Amino acid sequence: MNTIENIKERFQELQSANGNKLKSLEQNAFDAFNKMGIPTARHEEWKYTRIGNVFNKELHFKPTSTITPQELDQMRLPGHENANEIVFVNGIFSTSLSNVRSKELTVKSLKEASAGEFSEIVSKNLGNSNRYSKDGIHALNSAFAHEGVFIHISNGKIAEHPVYIYHITDARETNVLAQPRNLVYVSERAEIEFAETHFTLGVSESFTNEVLEIVVEKDANVSYYKIQNDKEQSSQVCTTHFRQVGKSYIHAVTISLNGGMVRNNLNITLEAEHAEAHLYGLYFLQGNSHVDNHTVVDHVKANCLSNELYKGIVSDNATAVFNGKIFVQPHAQKTNAYQSNKNILLSEGASVNTKPQLEIFADDVKCSHGCTVGQLDEEGLFYLRSRGISEDTARSLLVHAFAIDILEHVKPAILRSYVDKLIFERLEFETS
Amino acid sequence: MLSIRNLHAGIEEKKILKGLNLEINAGEVHAIMGPNGSGKSTLASVLAGREHYEVSEGSVEFLGKNLLELSPEARAGEGLFLAFQYPIEIAGLTTTNFIKTAVNEIRKYRGEQPLDAVQFLKMMKEKMALMNIDQSLLSRSLNEGFSGGEKKRNEIFQMAMLQPKLAILDETDSGLDIDAIRIVANGVNKLRNKDNAVLLVTHYQRLLDYIVPDFVHVLYNGQIVKSGPKELALELEERGYDFIKNEVNAAQEA
Ligand SMILES: Nc1ncnc2c1ncn2[C@@H]1O[C@H](COP(=O)(O)OP(=O)(O)OP(=O)(O)O)[C@@H](O)[C@H]1O
Ligand SMILES: [Mg+2]
Repeated sequence: MNTIENIKERFQELQSANGNKLKSLEQNAFDAFNKMGIPTARHEEWKYTRIGNVFNKELHFKPTSTITPQELDQMRLPGHENANEIVFVNGIFSTSLSNVRSKELTVKSLKEASAGEFSEIVSKNLGNSNRYSKDGIHALNSAFAHEGVFIHISNGKIAEHPVYIYHITDARETNVLAQPRNLVYVSERAEIEFAETHFTLGVSESFTNEVLEIVVEKDANVSYYKIQNDKEQSSQVCTTHFRQVGKSYIHAVTISLNGGMVRNNLNITLEAEHAEAHLYGLYFLQGNSHVDNHTVVDHVKANCLSNELYKGIVSDNATAVFNGKIFVQPHAQKTNAYQSNKNILLSEGASVNTKPQLEIFADDVKCSHGCTVGQLDEEGLFYLRSRGISEDTARSLLVHAFAIDILEHVKPAILRSYVDKLIFERLEFETS
Repeated sequence: MLSIRNLHAGIEEKKILKGLNLEINAGEVHAIMGPNGSGKSTLASVLAGREHYEVSEGSVEFLGKNLLELSPEARAGEGLFLAFQYPIEIAGLTTTNFIKTAVNEIRKYRGEQPLDAVQFLKMMKEKMALMNIDQSLLSRSLNEGFSGGEKKRNEIFQMAMLQPKLAILDETDSGLDIDAIRIVANGVNKLRNKDNAVLLVTHYQRLLDYIVPDFVHVLYNGQIVKSGPKELALELEERGYDFIKNEVNAAQEA
């Protein structure tokens, strides 16, 4: 049986069960998936990322797995002692491994949430990301939405503990297809920090197709750190969709270091005046890895600010893609929207495709965008070497210097030093 | 210490140095003057090991080693230092971090233990005071947004930190205000001893009032065409380069 047949069989099984309020949403998504299929290079948004290859291997759809707490320990992020931890194993929420510490935080299955007190929030917000991701991959995730998780951060409270989201793929025994799905609702005046990361156990092939939707209410402040440092057999499509429905502040940083084929869709819609969004990304690639960042910033309302800076360092035969769209809708006057993408290629075989796209329908706006692709500065290299610094160290210092203005945006000290350590390992140099 | 013999060097098709000879001994200060474009910075770059210059003929010996065979970092390790005419800006790398790496890489090259944080800070403080440089400048990205004078002072600060055997100062005085020239000169003088040497590239006699050279050389058309005592600099200041050019041309015609 191939992967697609596995998926179809599983869908029929789940749909025959009762009490699923999300049935029609799922059926529509499944029909859309059947119609559109896995996106090929002919799809405008998938030109450089051939996700179809991932499906050539037989993948098992969300196989059950047991991860022991000891095994989890090796994968936990620093600072976990104080964090709320939400753990998915092969895309399925694990109650036993997760740990909710803050009373402001409620975590439920979407199936449950869509029926209870949160049903209105769920029906209003689940699937909102569809409008930016019109493809079979996204539909495939939605077809199984009720297995996902709803996270509620309550009114006016400040969650003093960050929320760590782990996606663990257990590929020790079989090839895995995982599909985590989350809807997060951040209430008014809440202040919250997320860190999300992926780990794979074992060396079988895996593919994670994740959709995370985050609704941000008035005066809320959300930081979101995504750290991708997975195995080369682990491919992923991660869609993170922020809706700023109130005047709010978001700060998103995506750090991609390792993985097989990685596609990130980060969509931000500014739907309330004076909302502010900051997006930073660093991809530092080696080997044959492929990382594709597609971002959409949609200015729906006036007087909002968005600022985006993505930087890439690409070595060996790795490939990177950056596609940044900014929409400024007709009523979004006084928009400030900035975007920049800068790349350095460290080898002949490395490549990057970068494409900014601005669609501006309002006239009183300030927008800028720019992209660069270059090499390490030879003059700088000579300057450092002339001071006795070996060529390798000089290169590392220059690469680090290039990356630093993204790293600086990893604000929690404990995560910053974790990311720094990963970067230093990659650069193979010590700092004392 | 440094012995340059019949050095020919250029870039791509262009010949810039055309048979240059120069001998520098420990304890000496040499000044090189010469019209714009005569090859002074080229000489400095070739000595420091900048890659895109090609040496087609001649030899350079530094402290008994064939300098031209060494990588730029090994030259620094052996004790060569070049203060750049145009120091490079590097965003994202603090001067402190840079200089600490440099100090310890050079120590490593010489088989010495790296300085620990306390030793390093002590040395930094000392040299900062010597060069009248502020901590805030060193916490910033290397040369980024530094004024012309600040960049030059930073070069000499680096020299003070690395304690080279031979320091080549390429127009370090250009762009410095009168006080800064005195500070830089004072710094250089304090670092002088019988075991090291200085090669100054300058256009102005003024610097030589503070750092008194043992020899003044005139570089013209890729060669050292005249050498003399410090008074030669005064003469050049007064008369310009024409009399030298005329001498050279007359000699060539003869
Ligand atoms: N990268 C290069 N490409 C082409 N020509 C070069 C290059 N670098 C130097 N030159 C040329 O070589 C000659 C010598 O240049 P150099 O910088 O050594 O002069 P200089 O004596 O230091 O002059 P200045 O007093 O203006 O600093 C000049 O004619 C210059 O244009
Ligand atoms: Mg010059």
